[in-house]
Amino acid sequence: MPSEPSQRVEDKLFYNRYLVDSGRAHIKVRPHTTPSSRLLSMLKACPARCYELNDKGHVEVTVDGCIECGTCRVICEESGDIEWSYPRGGYGVLFKFG
Amino acid sequence: MIQERFDAIVVGAGMGGNAAALTMAERGLKVLQLERGEYSGSKNVQGAILYADMLEKLIPNFREDAPLERHLVEQRFWILDERSHTGIHYRSDDFNEEKPNRYTIIRAQFDKWLSQKVRDAGATVLCETTVTELLQDSHGRVVGVRTDRDGGEIHADVVVLAEGVNGVLGTGAGLRGRPKPDKVALAVKEMHFLSRETIDARFNLKGDEGLVIEAVGTISRGMTGMGFIYSNKECISLGIGCLVADFQRTGETPYGLLEGFKRHPSVAPLIEGSEVKEYSAHLIPEGGYRAIPQLCGEGWVVVGDAAQLNNAIHREGSNLAMTSGRIAAEAICLIRSRKDPMTAKNLSLYKKMLTDSFVIKDLKKYKDMPALMHTHSQNFFLTYPQLFSKAMQDYVRVDGTPKLEKEKLMLSSFIKARSWSGLFSDALRIARAWR
Repeated sequence: MPSEPSQRVEDKLFYNRYLVDSGRAHIKVRPHTTPSSRLLSMLKACPARCYELNDKGHVEVTVDGCIECGTCRVICEESGDIEWSYPRGGYGVLFKFG
Repeated sequence: MIQERFDAIVVGAGMGGNAAALTMAERGLKVLQLERGEYSGSKNVQGAILYADMLEKLIPNFREDAPLERHLVEQRFWILDERSHTGIHYRSDDFNEEKPNRYTIIRAQFDKWLSQKVRDAGATVLCETTVTELLQDSHGRVVGVRTDRDGGEIHADVVVLAEGVNGVLGTGAGLRGRPKPDKVALAVKEMHFLSRETIDARFNLKGDEGLVIEAVGTISRGMTGMGFIYSNKECISLGIGCLVADFQRTGETPYGLLEGFKRHPSVAPLIEGSEVKEYSAHLIPEGGYRAIPQLCGEGWVVVGDAAQLNNAIHREGSNLAMTSGRIAAEAICLIRSRKDPMTAKNLSLYKKMLTDSFVIKDLKKYKDMPALMHTHSQNFFLTYPQLFSKAMQDYVRVDGTPKLEKEKLMLSSFIKARSWSGLFSDALRIARAWR
């Protein structure tokens, strides 16, 4: 296989159109001292890389690039690790092709 | 916001919601459809293939103005290892028929068109409106919805939940569970733009002919999953999906898988020089028959992906959504014409009609396949593809080894990897689940 590095997911998100609802994150991570294994799995499973580890070792979410697939809801909502809802009407990702 | 009362509220403007809203509006019901996106289709993601028959039942002359990309004349199924693919190709000029059976579409454009038909039929379509909650009376009966607009309570006799695979309303009201990690796949997709001539040349197509490639093998790195390449007029839809539980277990990234698929030597030349214009992701219901929730209750029905209606083996989802939406609407119209209330008992007509249709019949046929593919994913998605590729290469490579010796080596490689009993039980498992 060719050895050139893969395209970064952050760059992929630039193709998309978003209407960001500033100050109203539709996903929130429950405050924690040690992240659960579910939360940690989101660092890799989120297709938009919205979940990241901060310098305190906590999992943080930035929803600006969220493509609203629901993977984190499926993995983390039931255990209470996150609070999950859809963005307000009209906000969020707006697919031109879908 | 809206003080008036509706006969029916449809939540969502995807395939299922549009089919339901259109059918009810055409039959004279006062319908309100709510969609959280800027327009119908702005939140929807699909591969996407459209099956004509199911749309024809809604809009018989759809070919006159629907935004269709290409009609499909060729289907390729690939089994991949790292450097090769073994393919089954089916191409027939019979598919160049007056009324083609399958088309590629671009969902955002298609849904916009279908939504216009819903409006033309007289339904009120309200976009940029997220439904936050189902309104239930003291007996648990669904009587309407609450939205994120000011004073956003709206009442109706019946609510059609067409909120998609990741629907939150049904779950929030306790009508069905959340999608489970081992029952939904996460698919990621890119739209690769190339000139029409380039696509025609690379895929051996002309005019509006189109082609589908579906690929399994080492690209999913032992997880239950599949890659796809669909040709549109001036772009290629390319994506890959695997079960969410497998992503969770392995720590593989969806975009990593996508990049790997794009770099595969059988795939890379097809998209070389393309301009990517969108990256999307979506969940796909994969639980099949055993994952179907309760389909109706007091004042509500659920259709499409929200009801887990997806045939993963045949990759049919939007047509099941369209059909279930239409059937739900027909049942509602029938109940209403009898002047009966929208009770769970009366609405079970929808369930009966759906059970009699191909939708439930097909899902029932494959009821054991999802579990089988999941529990034996390493064998089906890694070991066998590698064995097939090796066997094919040995078979076609001429190197002076006697053929009998080659055949013995091929057989022993399969036995070594899976053992006689393993091979036998895998074959038996598939045969049983397929039946």
